[in-house]
Amino acid sequence: MSVDRRDFLKLVGMGSAVFVLGTRVLPGAADVIPGQDDFLFVQLSDAHWGFSDPKVNPDYAATLKKAIAAVNSMKMQPDFVVFTGDITQTTDDPAVRRKRMAEARDIINGLKVKTIRFLAGEHDAGLDKGEAFQEYFGKTHYTFDHKGVHFIVIDNVSDPTSSIGDVQLQWLGDELKKIDKDSRIVVLTHRPLFDLYPNWDWWTRDGAKAIDLLMPYKNVTVLYGHIHQEHHHMTAHIPHHAAKGLMYPLPEAGSFAKRVPIPWDPAAPYKGLGYRSIEAKAAKAEYLLTEYPIKDKKLIRL
Amino acid sequence: MIQQKKGLWLVLALVMVSIMMSVPAVPLHAEDQAEGDQVIRITAKRFEYIPSEIRIQKGVPVVLEFTSLDRIHGFTIPDLGGIRTTIEPGKVSRVRIVVPTVGTYEFHCDLFCGDGHEGMTGKIIVED
Ligand SMILES: [Cu+2]
Ligand SMILES: [Fe+2]
Repeated sequence: MSVDRRDFLKLVGMGSAVFVLGTRVLPGAADVIPGQDDFLFVQLSDAHWGFSDPKVNPDYAATLKKAIAAVNSMKMQPDFVVFTGDITQTTDDPAVRRKRMAEARDIINGLKVKTIRFLAGEHDAGLDKGEAFQEYFGKTHYTFDHKGVHFIVIDNVSDPTSSIGDVQLQWLGDELKKIDKDSRIVVLTHRPLFDLYPNWDWWTRDGAKAIDLLMPYKNVTVLYGHIHQEHHHMTAHIPHHAAKGLMYPLPEAGSFAKRVPIPWDPAAPYKGLGYRSIEAKAAKAEYLLTEYPIKDKKLIRL
Repeated sequence: MIQQKKGLWLVLALVMVSIMMSVPAVPLHAEDQAEGDQVIRITAKRFEYIPSEIRIQKGVPVVLEFTSLDRIHGFTIPDLGGIRTTIEPGKVSRVRIVVPTVGTYEFHCDLFCGDGHEGMTGKIIVED
């Protein structure tokens, strides 16, 4: 296929509405061109480097590399790339974990963009409280500012009970106190902060406490991963957007008896995998999300 | 799937809380069990519960008794008021439940336990 299908979602922070503007069919690799003070960043998620079940993804060794190449081929390069967790597949062996992290980091460092923000997923950090992750990717919760937007990274995975924990919640509250109520905030995290589907552990045990702290702020958007599919949800005026993964898609909440990967479909390779760009509009608290598939013209032999 | 009435939930939640508070935190010996309670022993290990399908009767108190063969696991039933326990090797954990409504209730391990954790699930089938 030489034609990309992109779904454009316009997300209006203030109006608490998600408008689907429609599906555009574009030839080649034309990309969103932001205006002067607007900026573009890319969200990658759930690469699960080290996963190796060919029935689920026969291209397990190259899917992440293809995503990196695809980002590198974007005409308008993003200001930065954020990786929202589960960079690696978990393992009980601390040495194997570190090897996977080193390999994944090397692949991701192949990005032309040199500013990369990393988040941990439970696969990276759930068995050693984030110890190896911090060696390879840095802190698990932190803030950074970019062109007037405050980014807050919340860690809801280093604690194996899927909690943020009181210490970090205190930190979040302190960070928020420094910010005006009408300033722009993007929260980055791995698990959904709201109760998406607790039966599949698609929640954060004390996520409601974080949402309560964020509630007084007028322009908050949450981007997360974990569920390996696109998902959009509002808690009052706060939109939450889950990104696709880069190793295997998961079924819709509750649609299957078990939370197991959707097997590879040879008729539709890479179906359900992808990444997104986020265009932050300077004039309004608006974000334009563009969902990209993994591009690959080669057919995989099974 | 499971259809529940809101009011019933509240009643159930209150019942659960009062029951949970009556269960001693220290592990009991088998002979100290509340007399007459049915005990169902469940073994937890990477990445399964044995048995993983448990049939109980509506309205009848049941004690679920857990042991782990390898590492720490969790056990939770989100649709029963989020009741949960931690299962540690070398210890016995118990959860006493009374479910007043017929239905299927999924449970899972809620402490990330490794490559396969996502499949560590089971269900309680409550019958008439
Ligand atoms: Cu487990
Ligand atoms: Fe994941």
